[in-house]
Amino acid sequence: MSAPEALIRVDDLHVHLGQSHILQGVSFEVPEGGVTALLGRNGVGKTTTLRAMLGLVPRRGSVTLAGEELTRLPTHAIVRRGIGYVPEDRDVFAGLTVEENLRVAERNGSPRYELVHELFPELKARASQRAGTLSGGQQQMVAIARALLNDNPVLLVDEPTKGLAPLLVTEVAAALERAAELATVLLVEQNLAVVARVAQQVVVVDGGRVVHAGAAAELLGDPARVRSLLGVHGSSH
Amino acid sequence: MSRVRYALVPVALLAVFALLPQLSVDVPVVFGGPLDSPGTLGLLALCLVFAGVALTYDLLFGFTGLLSFGHALYFALGVYLTTIALTKWEWGLVPTLLVVAVVAILVPLLLGAISLRVGGIAFAMVTLAFAQAGQVLVQKNPRSLTGGEEGLGLNYDAIPDALVGVLNTKHLYWLALAYTAVVFLAVRWAVNSSPGRVLQAIRENEQRVEVIGLQPFRFKLLAFVLASFLATAGGVVWLLVLGTGASPQVTTANFTLTLLVMVVIGGAGTRYGALLGGFLYTLLDQRLGSLAGSTRIEDLPTVLSTPLSEPLFILGTLFVLLVFFVPGGLAGLGRRVLR
Amino acid sequence: MSTFVLLTITGLGLGAMYFLIASGLSLIYGLMGVLNFAHGALLTAGAYATWWMSTHVGGGPGTKLLAGAVFGIAVGAALAALIELVLIRPLYRRPVEQVLVTVGLALALGALIEAIWGFDARPFPVPAWLIDTTSVLGASIPNDRFVEIAAAALVLAGLTGFLRFTRYGLIIRAGVENRAMVTALGIDVRRAFTLVFALGGAAAALAGVLSGVYYGVVDPTRGTSLLIFAFIVVVIGGFGSIGGTAVAAVAVGLLQQYTNYYSSGLGDLAVVLLLAIVLLLRPEGLSPKVAH
Repeated sequence: MSAPEALIRVDDLHVHLGQSHILQGVSFEVPEGGVTALLGRNGVGKTTTLRAMLGLVPRRGSVTLAGEELTRLPTHAIVRRGIGYVPEDRDVFAGLTVEENLRVAERNGSPRYELVHELFPELKARASQRAGTLSGGQQQMVAIARALLNDNPVLLVDEPTKGLAPLLVTEVAAALERAAELATVLLVEQNLAVVARVAQQVVVVDGGRVVHAGAAAELLGDPARVRSLLGVHGSSH
Repeated sequence: MSRVRYALVPVALLAVFALLPQLSVDVPVVFGGPLDSPGTLGLLALCLVFAGVALTYDLLFGFTGLLSFGHALYFALGVYLTTIALTKWEWGLVPTLLVVAVVAILVPLLLGAISLRVGGIAFAMVTLAFAQAGQVLVQKNPRSLTGGEEGLGLNYDAIPDALVGVLNTKHLYWLALAYTAVVFLAVRWAVNSSPGRVLQAIRENEQRVEVIGLQPFRFKLLAFVLASFLATAGGVVWLLVLGTGASPQVTTANFTLTLLVMVVIGGAGTRYGALLGGFLYTLLDQRLGSLAGSTRIEDLPTVLSTPLSEPLFILGTLFVLLVFFVPGGLAGLGRRVLR
Repeated sequence: MSTFVLLTITGLGLGAMYFLIASGLSLIYGLMGVLNFAHGALLTAGAYATWWMSTHVGGGPGTKLLAGAVFGIAVGAALAALIELVLIRPLYRRPVEQVLVTVGLALALGALIEAIWGFDARPFPVPAWLIDTTSVLGASIPNDRFVEIAAAALVLAGLTGFLRFTRYGLIIRAGVENRAMVTALGIDVRRAFTLVFALGGAAAALAGVLSGVYYGVVDPTRGTSLLIFAFIVVVIGGFGSIGGTAVAAVAVGLLQQYTNYYSSGLGDLAVVLLLAIVLLLRPEGLSPKVAH
């Protein structure tokens, strides 16, 4: 099961938030290339896992990227190893314009504006608009564009389709497919149709631990299994 | 804490302190004269008063988690109202004390009810604002009542003879000790009572308390009024102990900040910590000033002797060091050592 | 009419000083979540550094003042940066301790200045033309008011330009909204913190210089007495917002002047009560925009 070329390895990750022991020894691997989906019921700790990987919450355990141990580094250094992060609530800077939101994210000399504008032409049109006045879908585009701006080998994407209209969901899924051609994506997603479309591998979390890891097609093709692990009927929301 | 320790320790401490004025013992460096001398007793009385006042601040900050920057207002209220009543209006002592007591409940009730509508930093700023207003009022010297910048002397006629005069310093000492004991008991009662337990819960997680259907506001207000009332009482005792009358120094934000420093040095929320912090801070503040005049410090090169001559510099630096290395204050250090 | 003009311009002069000391405070709290009680001490330090330098250079009061001011501002910036690096940065995830440390620092620094130079006020080098008055619409305005207003306007323009057009300015504006997200974009915010502290220190020192000119003297309590007004201005204007701080500073300065004149001295009280009112009506104005 543990392929030697796993790009990211998470081992025995523990996170305590207040009194609760949210992650109780999460371990999984993310193979290089394509999309690995992180699944699980609401509140099970998927977002916390991503945040713990980035060091945004105090954690114990090991997170390695291409063999390098990340947990000793401060968040900004972890990100500079080449991780693009699309947080659950988008977290765009409302007071800054769209263009400024992208500029802040610039890390090295060659930001990929052509790629970003090709994927999200609307952002080019609204470059001087204050991000706080954008719709939810447009803000989501800014958040994804921010992560794609630098050629990050890894993208951590947290529920990008949450609260979006079906048309936008399709657009985001297409963007994710494009992104997966360029980077390894770890995607937290509740919408199983999107998962079915873009993901090759899945990791399921429950009770603070990983309860299943394997091929996406295999899990999604087994509705009973899906129901027992995720408590849903295996369709989109 | 075992029941025996719970009751015995404070009683033992009280007994020891009560007996001090009878001891003709010299404690070099720490005090300038033997324990039963008026100078030393006066100093000890001052230390005890501030131990008590620091404890009242701990009730607010360490225990209830309310960071107030305006606690000085209530202390100053006791100081100024008493002085004005006795000196300017020439009231007797008993009516003065009664009126002060009533005012000491009504004012924090009103101001607390307003201030507690907000929390956190906003609360700190509102309390600061009210205290500032008090300071400005005193400075403006309306109708020459407060004496403005120069302060107001105290009229001794109304004060019982037993509390006036150098020879009676030990009575003032016992008065200060009684005050501190009362504050200790009051705070202990407040903490262990059921409203007290609710306050602890509020400090830890206010939302959870609301969910149970209790209104945190009432409990916080209760703590606020109690702490302020006790601080006002402290102001009255301070006035008697020091004997020099009211001075605007007690209305400043700096005064509240020194209370904060006392509590943090001793260890916030630990009760004995606040007492220790208040006592030690006052002792150091008073004694360091005379130590600086001593030949030992004067012999040091100017670079060292100049800052060391200011007690507040030493105390401020000590405070910063403590915050860094001993966040639990001296009480926390003590616990670590005792373990 | 001439009284009105005098009051207005003097009020603006006061507002200028408040803006200078409040701007640093606002950015520091907005970006770092630290309520810097030592800010007043930075003002006092800057004022005293200016005075000290002015007693060591030759020439007329104008030269002394200028040399002193340059030195004073440099001292303010350097001291602030040092404080941030040594005392604030190590306490990064402990906000309560950060505030406590600034309290201790304020007490210690104030005492240090008093120890070295004593309580008494020291005369500030003020060139004659600043004390002279100019006639505006029938009112005789002391020229220093214009200098103060000009200085504050320059700093306002400078800061706004810095925030709008430079990379660090961009980072600071983003960080004031959401510090965690800035870190998650790979940016080491700590450098921005030191920069903001240093800028705040420089502005506070400049306020110290101007206060020396305004009052003609410096004394150890100058910083603390102005700090209260700075807090009031920042609370009313909103943390992290330079524009808001500027507007609030002007409002507070004018209110204080007018109230003091028309009610023989209650201006300080009015300003303090304004703070209480604003806080009670708009307590969220105090929380940094997004949780840190």
